[in-house]
Amino acid sequence: MFRLLQIELFKIFKRPRTYISFGAIAAMILIIQLGLKFDGKSYLQLLMSGISDSFIIPYDMILNGYLVAFVILNTLLIQVPLLIALVAGDVVAGEANMGTLRLLVTKPVSRTELMLAKFGASVVYTVLLLIWMAILALFLSMLFFGTNDMLIARNDVMEQISKNDILWRYVAAFGYAAVALSTVAALAFLLSVFADNSIGPIVSTISIVVVLTILSEMKIPLYDNTVKPYLFTSHMLAWKGFFYSKVDNEGEAIRGSIENLPAILRSLGILFSYIILFVTVAIISFRKKDILS
Amino acid sequence: MPPIIQVSNLCKYFKNIRAVDGLSFSINEGDVYGFLGQNGAGKSTTIRMLLTLIQPSHGDIEVFGLNLRTHRKEILTRVGAVIERPDLYQYLTAFENISLFARMSGEKISKLKLLEQLEQVGLADRAYSKVKTYSLGMKQRLGIAVALVHNPQLVILDEPTNGLDPQGIADVRNLILRLSKQEKKTVLVSSHLLSEIELIANRMLIVDKGKKMVEGHVQELFDPSAMLVELQVINQEVTVATIEGSIWKSNLQKQQQDVFIFKMAKKEIPALNTYLANHGVEVLSLQQRHSLEDYFLSLTSANQHVQAFAN
Repeated sequence: MFRLLQIELFKIFKRPRTYISFGAIAAMILIIQLGLKFDGKSYLQLLMSGISDSFIIPYDMILNGYLVAFVILNTLLIQVPLLIALVAGDVVAGEANMGTLRLLVTKPVSRTELMLAKFGASVVYTVLLLIWMAILALFLSMLFFGTNDMLIARNDVMEQISKNDILWRYVAAFGYAAVALSTVAALAFLLSVFADNSIGPIVSTISIVVVLTILSEMKIPLYDNTVKPYLFTSHMLAWKGFFYSKVDNEGEAIRGSIENLPAILRSLGILFSYIILFVTVAIISFRKKDILS
Repeated sequence: MPPIIQVSNLCKYFKNIRAVDGLSFSINEGDVYGFLGQNGAGKSTTIRMLLTLIQPSHGDIEVFGLNLRTHRKEILTRVGAVIERPDLYQYLTAFENISLFARMSGEKISKLKLLEQLEQVGLADRAYSKVKTYSLGMKQRLGIAVALVHNPQLVILDEPTNGLDPQGIADVRNLILRLSKQEKKTVLVSSHLLSEIELIANRMLIVDKGKKMVEGHVQELFDPSAMLVELQVINQEVTVATIEGSIWKSNLQKQQQDVFIFKMAKKEIPALNTYLANHGVEVLSLQQRHSLEDYFLSLTSANQHVQAFAN
């Protein structure tokens, strides 16, 4: 199994298109960092226009590496699924298109092993993309902007997290994002089984994610309790929960606490359920599939 | 000794189309087994079922005496195949391709051995070039090298000469003969080219519309003393009169205006030609056709196409 995973990773990382995602992420992050470096104050003034009349805001302290990383993650974690679909939607359909799938299937490995290796390779790619994002978004921002306490706006309230209480939250958030993005990878992987070229699954995955994200964000009471809780897109941004602390009687954030851990765990459970569902259906379908390409 | 491949009542339906319809045949150890039929006859579908790419609608396949359904992994370890086009990873080099598929076959093969394999198909000097820079013939040779890298006992080649130039076809033919004679491998080779099968196979199966038409030894099916010779002459009436009173009358199979078809051994052709020339018959062209070709056409629905085309 490990041998197959190595082979799949070798194939993924030998393809030039794999590096488009790494390049795109680097470009987007650097553009955001550059903008905030030279005009971050204006950005924060816009963000805090509601409270800037009542308080004197120390913009230089607020605009630190942790906040910049949060802004970047908030922006990019909506776009990254598209980059994940580029690779995960290609793992089976791309091979069918190249004609190599029939050679793979005639080798003495079971179709289930082959599919697990392919999905495993998609997950490794997703995690590596996130590590790359973490290096650029978090560590590079820490280097450029320094570190300090982090202010987070939520429901018209500003919450302050001590600078010594942040790094583990980022680790947890990236871990959660890995599961969320693996769900997208699983969807693209499933659709990839039914196609003979990768354009179809890539476009279909992006379309499904966009439509479901819109549905998740829409404020329609009818859907709020009936549909939304079960859409995986409703749970993809739950990583933000790691930055919301419990507060004590004086309104101070309790160090090392998470306001609603059960909600995050429930969201994780839903995402894992989707991953298992998508991958299982993909494997069952592939096991029965006649390879005619 | 049990056959290497034993196929019994194999069927494959695609919705209402019967691609393979109750096919049964067996291949013995050491055979170069020709699988012959026109395009769409069911050859590739059968081969894909032998390689587990397609699941049979019903029927049984045994390879090396084992049931393919229950011993798939075990069987495929001992099989190498080229299926239609030699599709490989274009963005990888030949060496990367062969080493990747060798690892998938479960074999630990040294770098030297892999290069030797490429050497055998004449690609050692291009081992580190990307496959996208290869010609079709080179890709076909690399495909064969990939199929043979784990030293399989059974080699399945589906239309291995498709798209190749005459030199490429000759190379593949020689390779198959070497695999059979020197390395004692069993080879199943499919083709729609009768002449190719005739040159390399010892046994063959002709299929048409998914059904078996005939199976047997090539020598039994093809009698070399019964070649068809097609003559086109200028003076038709003189030719008719000349043949009428000669020993060649019994060899004449058919006359259609100025075209005369004789059935005879190859070595008799010069004597016929000399006889006709001595009697003032001017021969415009002389072509030989194997009776096997007619046999093939008469068995398969290709015959209907040929007739329709001629009409």
